[in-house]
Amino acid sequence: MAESPKRLEVRAPIAGVFYRKPSPEDPPYVEVGDTVKKKQVLCLLETMKVFQKIKSPADGKVVEIVAKNEEPVADNGVLMILEVN
Amino acid sequence: MFKKVLVANRGEIAVRIIRACRDLGIKTVAVFSEADRQGLHTAMADEGVCLAGFRPVDTYLNMEKILRAARETDSQAIHPGYGYLAENDNFAARCKEEGLIFIGPEPQSIRLAGNKLAAKERAAAAGVPVIPGSMRGVVSRDEVLAIAGETGYPVIIKASAGGGGRGMRVCLDPGELKEEFSVARAEAGAAFGDDTLYIEKYLQNPRHIEFQILGDKSGRIVHLGERECSVQRRYQKLLEESPSPALDDELREKMGGAALKVAGSIDYFNAGTVEFILDEKKNFYFMEINSRIQVEHPVTEMVTGIDLVKEQIRLSMGEPLACDYSSAHKKGWAIECRINAEDPENSFLPSPGTIECYRPPGGYGVRLDTHVYQGYEIPPYYDSLLAKLIAWGPDRKSAMGVMSRALQEFVIEPVKTTIPLHRKILADKLFEEGYFDTGFVKKFIPEEEDED
Repeated sequence: MAESPKRLEVRAPIAGVFYRKPSPEDPPYVEVGDTVKKKQVLCLLETMKVFQKIKSPADGKVVEIVAKNEEPVADNGVLMILEVN
Repeated sequence: MFKKVLVANRGEIAVRIIRACRDLGIKTVAVFSEADRQGLHTAMADEGVCLAGFRPVDTYLNMEKILRAARETDSQAIHPGYGYLAENDNFAARCKEEGLIFIGPEPQSIRLAGNKLAAKERAAAAGVPVIPGSMRGVVSRDEVLAIAGETGYPVIIKASAGGGGRGMRVCLDPGELKEEFSVARAEAGAAFGDDTLYIEKYLQNPRHIEFQILGDKSGRIVHLGERECSVQRRYQKLLEESPSPALDDELREKMGGAALKVAGSIDYFNAGTVEFILDEKKNFYFMEINSRIQVEHPVTEMVTGIDLVKEQIRLSMGEPLACDYSSAHKKGWAIECRINAEDPENSFLPSPGTIECYRPPGGYGVRLDTHVYQGYEIPPYYDSLLAKLIAWGPDRKSAMGVMSRALQEFVIEPVKTTIPLHRKILADKLFEEGYFDTGFVKKFIPEEEDED
């Protein structure tokens, strides 16, 4: 029998600006409801002109995108919530 | 003299400009983003105007907001600092339209300097050595392969609108060149809005030497000697010094003369920098011209006794040049370490946060240009440069001694900084002997894995 899914928070490793898309013209990396694989890129974080790809820590499903696109996030702030088995 | 100058920048350079203005009895206006309310430049200026928002595009890059602030405060001139709007010819032109003096070169010189290929063409036409390669924009892969066949590999693809290390790709063989060319073109188009590419022979680990120039309204241009900027990481300078241990008087005179020819070819006015690369056999080649005050300008100031920011202000009021390299009171040796909020042990990842412990160095021979203080919260939206630590001594060895001591004194915690890396560089035997090139820093940092 499958275990009940666990909620997993994806947090910002440092403070920065949250981006859901690789560029303004592109579609977002992920949407709520998407199934994601471990190490799949979920979003970008820009800190002092340096962009970091934030990757999924596990296989799972995106259940909530907490941070707002192009808005600041604090160090260790929650970016997204995943559901993992 | 100007009565009031608006400083269109933030951080240490805004503080530097405010100080120069104050020395001259000029009132200053700071502009600041919502994230910079606690900024030192905001506190130091006589007046301040908040630019709504925090992102550079809404604040320090926003021409109309800045021009409005200048009008509302009755400023006569704008100093752009470096970065942001400093090399934006449209902004320089807009200032003129508004009846404001832009403290920097004329718009057409900024435009020419910003087009790397056009500047290279002018330099070559003026008889200055340039790196062999395509002397014009290249469009087809066959054309690129033919040129690379002539110059020999490795070659580097550059974007004409790029600069500062952006939009460059090194190719070791025809296979790589074929593959990289179309990608580079798409990238240049997306990043700079101009997909003109050119190629050059790639010189492995050369030295990076630049000359400070000043020009007045009458068209006279002088240089103030060189800066050695070879200590870099991925084209980002970390440590600079003046003079360079690699130059003797003869080579300095040749390169200085070449710098003046390049600057003259684009009718340069105000402060600027002509960059060259120097190979092992002491052949030098023009690289680019930067139409702004450079981050590393203090090392030139320390050895020539000339305040370059005050000179910029004076020259923009139409005053004539007061000296040249031979008449400047040249004295000693100066070294600058860039203290960035970055972790050298972890791919130079930025390290924003609050400075809980701040103990600045001081004493004889030490100059510290910074905007940080105890309790300062480093915003994550802007550059990682926290401070420029400058050491002066009568010769290179003494300047190194002062710098090593100052680096030992300097405490910025708990954020990660480049201070420990600079301590290692200063303790290095080859650095001490003056033998280093642009590949030098690699041995001090953990190998970086390229991952996507």
